[in-house]
Amino acid sequence: MTVILGQTFTGISIGAVLLLIALGLSLTFGQMNVINMAHGEFIMAGAYTTYVLQKSISGAGVSLLVALPVAFLVAGALGALLEWVLIRRLYLRPLDTLLVTWGVSLMLQQLARDIFGAPNVQTRAPDWLTGNITVIGGDDPLTFANSRLFILALAVAAVVALSLALRLTSLGRRIRGVVQNRDLAEVSGISTSRVDRTTFFLGSGLAGVAGVALTLVGPIGPTMGTNIIIDAFLVIVVGGIGQLKGTVIVAFALGVMQSVLEYSTTVSVAKVLVLVAIVAFLQWRPQGLYTLRTRSLV
Amino acid sequence: MSSQPEGVHLSSRSSAFSGLSAFSGPSGLNGPSGSRSSRRRVLAGAAALATAFALTACGAKTDAAGGSSDQAAKADTSGDTVKVGLLNSLSGTMAISEVTVRDSLRLAIEEINASGGVLGKQLKPVSEDGASDWPTFAEKASKLIKEDRVAATFGCWTSASRKAVKPVFEKNKSLLFYPVQYEGLEESPYIFYTGATTNQQIVPALDYLKSKGEKSIYLVGSDYVFPRTANKIIKAYAKANGMKVLGEDYAPLGSTEFSTIANKVKASKADAVFNTLNGDSNVAFFKEYKSAGLTAEGMPVVSVSIAEEEVKSIGSQYLAGQLTAWNYYQTTPGAANTAFVKAYKAKYGKDKPTSDPMEAAYTSVYLWKAMVEKAKSFDPEKVKAASDGITFDAPEGEVTVDGASQHISKTARIGKIGTDGLIEQVWDSGEAIEPDPFLKGYDWASGLS
Repeated sequence: MTVILGQTFTGISIGAVLLLIALGLSLTFGQMNVINMAHGEFIMAGAYTTYVLQKSISGAGVSLLVALPVAFLVAGALGALLEWVLIRRLYLRPLDTLLVTWGVSLMLQQLARDIFGAPNVQTRAPDWLTGNITVIGGDDPLTFANSRLFILALAVAAVVALSLALRLTSLGRRIRGVVQNRDLAEVSGISTSRVDRTTFFLGSGLAGVAGVALTLVGPIGPTMGTNIIIDAFLVIVVGGIGQLKGTVIVAFALGVMQSVLEYSTTVSVAKVLVLVAIVAFLQWRPQGLYTLRTRSLV
Repeated sequence: MSSQPEGVHLSSRSSAFSGLSAFSGPSGLNGPSGSRSSRRRVLAGAAALATAFALTACGAKTDAAGGSSDQAAKADTSGDTVKVGLLNSLSGTMAISEVTVRDSLRLAIEEINASGGVLGKQLKPVSEDGASDWPTFAEKASKLIKEDRVAATFGCWTSASRKAVKPVFEKNKSLLFYPVQYEGLEESPYIFYTGATTNQQIVPALDYLKSKGEKSIYLVGSDYVFPRTANKIIKAYAKANGMKVLGEDYAPLGSTEFSTIANKVKASKADAVFNTLNGDSNVAFFKEYKSAGLTAEGMPVVSVSIAEEEVKSIGSQYLAGQLTAWNYYQTTPGAANTAFVKAYKAKYGKDKPTSDPMEAAYTSVYLWKAMVEKAKSFDPEKVKAASDGITFDAPEGEVTVDGASQHISKTARIGKIGTDGLIEQVWDSGEAIEPDPFLKGYDWASGLS
């Protein structure tokens, strides 16, 4: 029993990581249609921001909390700059956008290598995140790791904040308006170029927040973004493009699926099975998971 | 150039075009249904493009690694200086470990140059980055031998990289000195192994666990040749010695998701864990191990790829109390080690620890020097012929080259990681163990090689 609960929790925590890395992409790719290959490097920028802050702020806990808003701003600023310099000139040329952002991602990787060196670096997690909480005691205890709970809370907070922002604020309404009908939004007096840049800022900023969370899981390196970006795109495509709820459901579904399969087989076999399931699912539902009714992925 | 890479280039080009053609239809941001289908096409194009790039890259690498001339490249030893190759991953997941080996090799070369060089010639190191990528290792090995015409090459860490460069060195009849402990069951006429083979590291570590009364173990490793072969040996040992192997898990090299593996280890209730993870996967593993509530007292982890440098970057708060199996620690007593540690810290900084692979790398350069001086030639064949019985007063103690297997004798040492990040020896084999890469001296290992 504790094994099942423990594995479910592990799956949810993997899902939370997936959700965090895909959330920013659900804005820039899902809402704006821009295939940003440099998204993973914005995550990397967030992770390195944590590393730099930890060098200058002594307390590991304080520096982590400070890193969240700072990484959001750093990655967001990088994203806004990319949008302003390159992407806005390429909105109707998706292949060019893909190539250009790929080039930018390679440049950012090299930049990171030049600034921080090629070897991966680590951050120290604060003491209150290294322990765990015992949920069920006894001979066969069920424990939840604090760092995983933190990432889960962060992911939930980010999703709630984003969906509220899209639904309730005037900026959110403008973003949705531009996504639904760009021309009509423009003749209604909305500056679509400004909305584009703001959306890109938000999406990239969320990537930065994801980067901070990833420092709690593994090492920070120039190529960390390349491994992440594929998972992020998978979540968006399966979830249904432009659908926040699809992203959320699929992130957790893939996380639980990965952890359950991994428990009964091996890491590599579980990865293969998850990818096979995704391919099969997309054959059946090429537009991705759109509505809550089709939650039958797992 | 053979015809195969050509074919790869052609097919990659055509798939790139098919990717392009996906975009010939109207695409734009407006129109809900139209834009969705075009998004699909964009994705298909992206996938095609990515495949094309991957294929092109592979094609290029295959060509550089495999397409060699028929004649062996001769080392250039005519001038006042002799070039030696340093082949280590300076980037990627293995850089955490391999950069320190490169630094140690440089220290040895510098010392040798300061004391008059080898056969009166100064050594000139040529450093190449294997980038934690095995085809790149083969490509760079080929470059060192053919373009730089080095007299010998020092480096490689993972067995996957060694296996990738082995045919390159054999084909070109050039020498490689490999400084890392490995899974044994290998002999190459052009490789000298100055790290431990299994009977000098893994087998003594298992003996140690057995003597401590540990009856069941769980195996965790990276998914490539060293952990898989090492675990095969461990399972054979366990079967013959009444130990139970409760589970076996492999994570892809560079993997950082270990929560499930930690749960499995925990649920197995094994007495100990035998860890053959490599590179900074160890960081994620030990973080998760601690998060799962597992401790060094309750379930000790014996690691064979974590030395002082890795302890420093993983963080001793995750590792204190865990066990390692090596042949050398920074704390190993002896005048040779005191001098080595002092020289290393003077060159690279007071906070830089020394470790087993670094020591084996340092030793390998001196062993090569002694072989060359005994042979009075840089010619690889003469150097090999002179190798048997060469001894060196290494920081780990005196080592002797076994000419037949091209391995060296080493003392096995089990250590415990302290809170200060250093490793204290808790057991040693007393004397240097003769290398036995094929485990011929062990009955239980008869089915392995």
